[in-house]
Amino acid sequence: MLLHFVQGLYIVAGVLFILSLAGLSKQDTARMGNVAGMVGMVLALGATITHSLWLSSQDPTGRRSVLVTLLLILLVLAIGASIGIPIARKVEMTQMPELIAMLHSFVGMAAVLVGFNSFSEGGDAVHLVEVALGVFIGAYTFTGSIVAYLKLSAKMKSAPLTLPGRNMLNLGAFVVFFVLMVWFVVVGKTPSGLGWALILVIAALAFALGFHMVAAIGGGDMPVVVSMLNSYSGWAAAAAGFMLGNNLLIITGSLVGSSGAILSFIMCRAMNRSFVSVILGGFGSEGGTVLTSAAVEGEHHEIDAASTAQLLWDASSVIITPGYGMAVAKAQYPVADLTARLRAHGVDVKFGVHPVAGRLPGHMNVLLAEAKVPYDIVLEMDEINPDFAHTDVVLVIGANDTVNPAALDDPGSPIAGMPVLEVWNAKQVVVFKRSMATGYAGVQNPLFFKENTAMLFGDAKTRVDDIIAALPAAEPAATGARTAS
Amino acid sequence: MTSTMTATTDDEVTVHAMTIGVPKENRPGERLVAATPKTVGQLVALGYEVHVQEGAGAAANFPDEEYTAAGAVVGPAGDAWSADIVTAVNAPSEADLAALRTGATLVSVLGPAAHPDLVATLAERGVTALALDAVPRISRAQALDVLSTMSNVAGYRAVIESAEEYGGMFGGQVTAAGKTAPASVFVIGAGVAGLAALGAAASMGAQVRAFDVRPEVGEQIESMGATFVQAKAAQQEVSADGYAAALTAEQEALTQEMYAAETARADIVITTALVRGTAPRTITAAMVAAMRPGSVIVDLAASGGGNCELTVPGERVVTDNGVVILGYTDLTSRMPKHTSQLFGTNVVNLLKLLTPAKDGQLVLDLEDPVQRGMTVARAGEVLWPPPPVQVSAAPAAAAPAAPVEDPAVRAAREAAAAKASMRKRLVSSAVAAALVVLAVTFSPASFVGAFTVFALAVVVGFYVISGVSHSLHTPLMAQTNAISGIILVGALLQIGSTDPLVMGMSFVAASIASINIFGGFLVSYRMLGMFKKEA
Repeated sequence: MLLHFVQGLYIVAGVLFILSLAGLSKQDTARMGNVAGMVGMVLALGATITHSLWLSSQDPTGRRSVLVTLLLILLVLAIGASIGIPIARKVEMTQMPELIAMLHSFVGMAAVLVGFNSFSEGGDAVHLVEVALGVFIGAYTFTGSIVAYLKLSAKMKSAPLTLPGRNMLNLGAFVVFFVLMVWFVVVGKTPSGLGWALILVIAALAFALGFHMVAAIGGGDMPVVVSMLNSYSGWAAAAAGFMLGNNLLIITGSLVGSSGAILSFIMCRAMNRSFVSVILGGFGSEGGTVLTSAAVEGEHHEIDAASTAQLLWDASSVIITPGYGMAVAKAQYPVADLTARLRAHGVDVKFGVHPVAGRLPGHMNVLLAEAKVPYDIVLEMDEINPDFAHTDVVLVIGANDTVNPAALDDPGSPIAGMPVLEVWNAKQVVVFKRSMATGYAGVQNPLFFKENTAMLFGDAKTRVDDIIAALPAAEPAATGARTAS
Repeated sequence: MTSTMTATTDDEVTVHAMTIGVPKENRPGERLVAATPKTVGQLVALGYEVHVQEGAGAAANFPDEEYTAAGAVVGPAGDAWSADIVTAVNAPSEADLAALRTGATLVSVLGPAAHPDLVATLAERGVTALALDAVPRISRAQALDVLSTMSNVAGYRAVIESAEEYGGMFGGQVTAAGKTAPASVFVIGAGVAGLAALGAAASMGAQVRAFDVRPEVGEQIESMGATFVQAKAAQQEVSADGYAAALTAEQEALTQEMYAAETARADIVITTALVRGTAPRTITAAMVAAMRPGSVIVDLAASGGGNCELTVPGERVVTDNGVVILGYTDLTSRMPKHTSQLFGTNVVNLLKLLTPAKDGQLVLDLEDPVQRGMTVARAGEVLWPPPPVQVSAAPAAAAPAAPVEDPAVRAAREAAAAKASMRKRLVSSAVAAALVVLAVTFSPASFVGAFTVFALAVVVGFYVISGVSHSLHTPLMAQTNAISGIILVGALLQIGSTDPLVMGMSFVAASIASINIFGGFLVSYRMLGMFKKEA
């Protein structure tokens, strides 16, 4: 009876999780989706706690008492709440990618531990395969996410680690894993010293593999990596579900796994690169492993903040295309301020966000939302590309490869075929940049040398502040210029 | 940069800044000036020393003091004409030519096609002459295209002039005393002038119709708020250099019919058809005779003889049937302030191009198609006309590098490729399905149930996530993070174990998984709260 009640709650929770993710697909229903997820989680936890307590009450010898079990569970939840809630409340939106990567690592570690426990209870061959896979995926997710976290928080160099023969190393690791798994299944029917040794070696191998594979991927491919790790953490949970024969875990894990896989796919398509090539890494290494096929030469034009302010003030339509540089400089607040002032002046301001802008899928949207930019003026690449032709001024803030015309014009370019924001079709483009250095892909950007492009050098935040400072004065200055000339 | 050379003569090795002369225009009625105080400042910033003739900007309301304040030296005509670089609006007169030094550079509107003798004289005198009206029409050169500047102003002014002559209001009105119909304006030629004219007329509320022989400008006409008039078979192909070409006889006849119909119903006709300085005859005397009394024709091509048969260049003519024909050739001069400013900026942009080091030294690079196109005379040599430039003004001219493939062949090839990839996908799906069936066949019952749930959940997940909008990707990931904290369930069931190792590992696993649950949901909630729609 009670077990059926628990299963019933699990089914309801599973459905709520599906509804939760479905709700998150649209702005209007997103908050409802969030709440659905929370309700589902409360139901699932309630059911699990009941189940666990029931297990303890049924088996007083093999398990601790109901009271101790309850206390342990409450302690666990208290720890989770006391760490999770402050982090969630305080985290800066610019640090979102790091937080997400860290949370992935937790799921990975939990899957490893659950796998160990599950092994200690013994089982048939199928169960052992599940344990081996669960531990492997979990361990891989754990170190991979830790490396992603370190790279994203700049505690580790974001350039790819390119060991000689790294693809062979990875392939070798997979082969070794497969051999170990077969061995493990053969000897592990009852938990023995050899069985433990094997599963620990599998975990160690996966830890090393996760570290190496993500270390080999450059910073700009992080949107793919983070969504890939998201997917893996889901598969790890699903594997745990198989081990424990728990349908809710399987449903949830598969949902998260396919969700992450689709996000990775979207990111890859936005970069016109295959998933495999991203995962194998090595792209965007500094030091010229990437050839600049067509040498771009020319003179760039510089502009100062005051002239940019004038330009914006006189424009009737402006599109802002933010990139990772905006997040780094934390320029989203002044950008939002600038947007509000220009809109108050009657300028039509919109944002164009490339799918892989930033280090996390949808990162720019969150930053802009944080700065209170209405989300309906923040458009996706496909929506905004036709608009550039009738736009007076485009501000490129901290974006480089995502606005590179070489992706369309130069078939020899490393980023050839990548869909980009066609900013150069606008009447005037102002590029905010710290220097003339190349972007993540190591490709020179012909945009900077176009006749209608002007470069505004310096820190994006400072420059935008300068523009705002120049704005109120822009009105009288404009009239003044007209009377004087 | 092999053909690069300075414009100075060889024996004169200049180290000091070159001078730019801005003379007062001496064509009767001319009110423009080639540099305003603002552009003088920009020229000075390029490293040049600027000599402005006394009173040069007076007619455009730029007093000498402002030039001085901008850093210019104001002096007599001789100083301006004897500078290293002379920039003027109009081609120089005989007397002015005599004042030009050998080796000097003249930057001015020269009309090289119409005045080969002038070009020859300049070459004879050893003057390097850059014709501002011979800028190749490529996008890079737009910033220095004086013709665009002048046409734009003229187009606007044509509407203003016509509004003054026309006895009615442009915008229709509905008043207590009855209503008036909006003026009907017909614009011939949608070049820069035509587009400016139709834009101005439309913004004043008139009903604007416009025609151009180039079909590709239809979109531009409509984007400015006018109706694009189509004439059967009269439109021609996209021209390679951005200018309209002359029409064939057959096209001519069809176009004439359309002109007759359109002019008869229009209150105001603005003609702007100039093909390389000469004006094709578009409006015949018969068409004018068919127009209503009080109608106005503004002929922007009057300088080239006029598009209308009855146009008298420079004059206002009233026909017997009361149609006013304006053939003013000084429309740009009637708005000297802005025209001079725009013209001056064109000159500044040219000098920016010619002064790569910003050191006041003019460097002419004849490898550059823009500079080559403008240079009509240099070192005693006539360089007009320049070799043709293929440009980007025509969209059809794109991608000449790619080998042209027959569309039918390509379609067939693509279809074959799609079919092959479809077949590949079918085969791999079938193999995968077979493997699944095989695996499930030899699995224990518990696995079969779990696997069923797994397979269905993956498919559900795929469809649920596929439609997620890009802007919600980050909250989605936070939410999936929280949900995958459900792995806690596994740990919680094991936490009651008496085996301390199992209990310890369960405890750690459950703790970190619960961080995910609390942290993930809350941060997702926080982010979603930030997304605000415009109030």
